[in-house]
Amino acid sequence: MKKLINAVENVVREQLQGMAVAHPDLVKVQIDPHYVVRADAPVKGKVALVSGGGSGHEPMHGGFVGMGMLDGACPGEVFTSPTPDQMYECAKAVNGGAGVLFIVKNYTGDVLNFETAAELAHADGIKVQSILIDDDVAVKDSLYTAGRRGVGTTVLAEKIVGAAAEAGYNLTQCADLCRKVNSYGRSMGMALTSCTVPAAGKPTFELGDNEMEIGIGIHGEPGQRRMEMKTADEITEMMALEIITDKAYTRTVREWDNDQGAWVDVELVDEPLKAGDQVIAFVNSMGGTPVSELYAVYRKLAEVCQSHGITIARNLIGPYITSLEMQGCSITLLKADEEILRFWDAPVKTPGLRWGV
Amino acid sequence: MSVTRDQIVTWLEKTAVVLDANKQYLTDLDAAIGDADHGINMARGFTKVMEKLPTVADKDIGNILKTVGMTLISSVGGASGPLYGTFYMRAGTAVAAKEELSNEDLAAMLQSGVDGVVQRGRAELEDKTMIDAWFPAMAALKTAVDNGDSITNALQKTVAAAEQGMKATIPLKARKGRASYLGDRSIGHQDPGATSTHLILNALLETMQEGN
Repeated sequence: MKKLINAVENVVREQLQGMAVAHPDLVKVQIDPHYVVRADAPVKGKVALVSGGGSGHEPMHGGFVGMGMLDGACPGEVFTSPTPDQMYECAKAVNGGAGVLFIVKNYTGDVLNFETAAELAHADGIKVQSILIDDDVAVKDSLYTAGRRGVGTTVLAEKIVGAAAEAGYNLTQCADLCRKVNSYGRSMGMALTSCTVPAAGKPTFELGDNEMEIGIGIHGEPGQRRMEMKTADEITEMMALEIITDKAYTRTVREWDNDQGAWVDVELVDEPLKAGDQVIAFVNSMGGTPVSELYAVYRKLAEVCQSHGITIARNLIGPYITSLEMQGCSITLLKADEEILRFWDAPVKTPGLRWGV
Repeated sequence: MSVTRDQIVTWLEKTAVVLDANKQYLTDLDAAIGDADHGINMARGFTKVMEKLPTVADKDIGNILKTVGMTLISSVGGASGPLYGTFYMRAGTAVAAKEELSNEDLAAMLQSGVDGVVQRGRAELEDKTMIDAWFPAMAALKTAVDNGDSITNALQKTVAAAEQGMKATIPLKARKGRASYLGDRSIGHQDPGATSTHLILNALLETMQEGN
């Protein structure tokens, strides 16, 4: 293992300390328990957005803390969910009286820890809503799996709902918008290489020179299937078609009911994309793939979208939700209505995403 | 025959030692079908437990186990943090204020912990999770205790059942947790959570064998 680290056990802490030194105008960093909050937190009267997850996906989530996006982020160990005490302390630190929205990627660990944190915050009198992001079309069924994973749409949801909270949406409106963005977003990822978790010291899986892994998540885990290497155009078309032709997806999720103080099962259905839709297209690097290759992917993606009658209204291209140094990419298509585009275009000022200011 | 507070403390110490010794093994099992952190996380959690244990070692068993649960919840992360954390918290609640346990108490304590795991994780038998080790182990323990077996005999049967359940996860296709995304590719691998459960129960057996 060759990495720019000092000691394996200090990887997350030193990264946070570096962020604190680099961006004192944007964020405040708390160590033990670890969390990042925007520099002016808590913002009085504004709904606070909190997300979190394992480290190793930078700039997500800590890099998306700031005006117009997240109020707080809780980093866990590398690829390991953060813990409820972190989330609870972070929620307290950012709550400006209008409640806290947890944006949770659908991984068993994240879900279980955020559920515990929501219960703690509720017991403390903080109004909480919790919305799952589960946009990974590589997972076909929800009955015999833990359901679709939360991947690329997470970044877009944090940006869009963050702008809505900034514009004065209340907690229910923020939760409804987040649920809609998740429902409108679909992603597919692939890997050319594995990646090495510092504490593990060796790659999580082995890929031969002529192999790639299709349908991966963001934790260096093996994907849906292994295939022989293909050209950028062939790979892009295959991934884009999986997204565009994905059928309606139905599953039952648990959402927190503030009035009952309990979890309730909610059935959600994501409708497929169709000709005439406009989308935000997000081409993301897994960390090791250069931006030049992402543009090659985008070139083909734009062509495939056009041939299916889908208009790309906005795009985002770069490494935003990564898997350490893994080579590979993901594509996200988010169906965009007027509300989504308005909040997408709104100003944002975070370490990882900044425009309009 | 009863289980003393000191034996519970010894069990936790042995658990910490055995999880640390198997850190790489558990992580390797997890790398095959998960995200390569189970051993690392459990070892980190129990290192924290060992730091906390001296401050509560003279308290009642319920208090000790609840402290273990809270420590795991706040230090492990992943899915195993809330699941094992809930296990020890619920186990502790079941034996609140007790300084020693009858065999029936011990069985009820472990069963409460497992009930908590099921409630939090919503897994069922044959989902390829730690439940596949816990369920047969608890059934064996209850039968043995009801039959009036000695504690070491009862725990021998418990551990044997856990081991069998753990090995039975190998041909299963995962339906919960991160391994579920692999579909058929999860077949042929032993579940890391069921493996750590077997190690934890075996540490209890060894503790009671030493005391007798």
